[in-house]
Amino acid sequence: MIQYAWLVPLFPALAFPVIIFVTRRLKTLSALVGIGAIAASFALSLGILWETLTFGVTMEKPVEYALNWLALPGAKEWALKIEAGVLVDPLSAVMLLVVTLVALLVEIYSVGYMHGDPGFSVFFGYLSLFSASMLGLVLANNFFMMFFFWELVGLCSYLLIGFYFHKPEAARASLKAFVVNRVADFGFMLGFFYLFLMFKTFNFRELAEALPHAPHMGLLAVAATLIFAGPIGKSAQFPLHVWLPDAMEGPTPVSALIHAATMVAAGVYLLARAFVLFASIPEVSLLVAYVGGFTALFAATIALAQRDIKRILAYSTMSQLGYMIMAMGVGSMTAGMFHLTTHAIFKALLFLGAGSVIHALHEQDIFRMGGLAKDMKITTGTFVLGALALAGIPPLAGFWSKDEILLAAYSNGYMGLYILGTVVAFLTSFYMFRLIFVAFFGKRRAGLHGHESPKCMTVPLIILGGLTVVAGFIGAPFVPHGFSSWVYFGEPHHLEPNYFVMATSTLVAILGIYLAWLIYGKEVISPEDLAQRWRGIYTVLYNKYYVDEAYLWFFRRVVLGLAEAFHWHDRHVVDGIFDGVGDTVRWSGYRLRYLHSGSLPVYALVFFAAVVVFVLWVATPVIGGIR
Amino acid sequence: MITLNHYLMLGSILFVIGLFGALAKKNAIAVLMGIELMLNAVNINLAAFNRFLNPDKVVGLVFAIFVIVVAAVEVAVGLAIAINLYRQRLNTNVDEADWLKW
Repeated sequence: MIQYAWLVPLFPALAFPVIIFVTRRLKTLSALVGIGAIAASFALSLGILWETLTFGVTMEKPVEYALNWLALPGAKEWALKIEAGVLVDPLSAVMLLVVTLVALLVEIYSVGYMHGDPGFSVFFGYLSLFSASMLGLVLANNFFMMFFFWELVGLCSYLLIGFYFHKPEAARASLKAFVVNRVADFGFMLGFFYLFLMFKTFNFRELAEALPHAPHMGLLAVAATLIFAGPIGKSAQFPLHVWLPDAMEGPTPVSALIHAATMVAAGVYLLARAFVLFASIPEVSLLVAYVGGFTALFAATIALAQRDIKRILAYSTMSQLGYMIMAMGVGSMTAGMFHLTTHAIFKALLFLGAGSVIHALHEQDIFRMGGLAKDMKITTGTFVLGALALAGIPPLAGFWSKDEILLAAYSNGYMGLYILGTVVAFLTSFYMFRLIFVAFFGKRRAGLHGHESPKCMTVPLIILGGLTVVAGFIGAPFVPHGFSSWVYFGEPHHLEPNYFVMATSTLVAILGIYLAWLIYGKEVISPEDLAQRWRGIYTVLYNKYYVDEAYLWFFRRVVLGLAEAFHWHDRHVVDGIFDGVGDTVRWSGYRLRYLHSGSLPVYALVFFAAVVVFVLWVATPVIGGIR
Repeated sequence: MITLNHYLMLGSILFVIGLFGALAKKNAIAVLMGIELMLNAVNINLAAFNRFLNPDKVVGLVFAIFVIVVAAVEVAVGLAIAINLYRQRLNTNVDEADWLKW
């Protein structure tokens, strides 16, 4: 089945034109086409994973096949070779499964969520296109192809964030996402072009072989840093994180699929694919780790002060992505990918649960909700389960994966990052349970009653809930042939459980829940009083540290200012030269016309004078006459 | 003795007189006469050169005949232009023929 891996992106890719051109007016059929395609891809991905595990396809011996998409002959070998290829190893097999599973559940969920929307069919078309692009990105065997699909997922993100295009906020947000990602992708592109210049190939395996013999560390570090710009943008790390909260303007299934589980994870996946590059340059790895760690803390603090349920989850995603990137930076590709897998499951669960709430209440501010547990039992139950996983309570999935990251930081000597990670874990559980106590328990504010959502929405929630419970065990330390012996860099490592790290993270998580219960559940301290007492900090956090305002200032003053300067130059200097030449010609003509006196004797005199000059010239050997 | 220089001097005097006539006369016919005088001065030069430098050959004289032919043709054309000028303006004053003025 691995030889049919190229079909996995193809099914949804075909679903897209079918939905848009053929079945657009038949809503049910469109949904069936979309779900059918992704279900086929899911089944195929299961088969691929099974074959990978049973036939011993490992990170060292993957299955790769490609055809030359563009090959220009050079002197000795190919001057430029761009392949369209597939690389199947445990890393891509796991990613395929995650993407197809979440996409399938989200599409089933969307049947209920998007019911009645005029763009129902188009929504499934865009979701299919996105799935195709993401799966293509996962399977890519070289930088160029991955970049192609990377841009395509960015496009789909634009289309889906701006799905409610008549809302100006949504249109602005989609443009913001695309432009910010463009900045990041520019760096990414420069980076891998640079690698191509050095090693003459885009292919991941060829680069991995050529890297140990790399000549100049300095240039390689520049290339690696530029490539890292891609994940900074795509995975919403500081400073290119600004698009992710605004992306919540899109429909909630989109937020669940793209901005929680899959697309934002593409940056982490890229780091995993190109891990050999980052592992060989410790300075860049350090940068990666600190960017990830900083973002994790940054986003968690902002989440503390947000009121919109989706924005809290968006900042939570940003923070968890920071964890994954930090894991990559401290040297554990396994931990980062494991957390990506578990996070995809419980974050999708949380977003779909939030969607269920929004669908029932048409309200997104948690301080206008309350007491939803009474009316929406399934949603509440699964949401709490997801939040517990996110907080890192054993034995749920999030505990095992977050723990691996903290363990990697601790055992590789990054004490500062380990402490930071533990603090963020505390903040994570605090803000999640703040959300839960305010929205699901307590008294009904604003008088809003919830009702439970239809089955096509609750069933995916239950499935994801179940997975949240069991998924962690594939990578737990006492499991013999678990995640870490398949997905790794270097050697497969078998984890030894570190009870100190496990205990502290669990304790910190429980502490966060308890504190949230005290403030928002039992209201020992009133949250409003708290916000008043710490008004300064609260305002800064609520306004997201004013980063957007800073960017706007920069754009207005610097970018537009430069544009004005160039405009002035273009109008006055460049056009001045052209117009100036024309004006000079016109002016001299105006003066010279007086030579035409019209007097024939004068003309004859001029002829004669010319003849005299000519004769004198010819007769003078010095200036070129006859000798 | 009459040397070459005498003939050349004669030729150049006639040429200069003809040039003055071609440039400074008002009447179109007078201009044409000046041009004829210049051409004939050249003929004198050619004949003199032929006699004093190369008496055995007739190269100079043949050249002089060419010049005479050209002069004749050119007078014909010039007179045609002068007649047309007269028909247009009833006088042949070259100073008043200033249609080439800007």
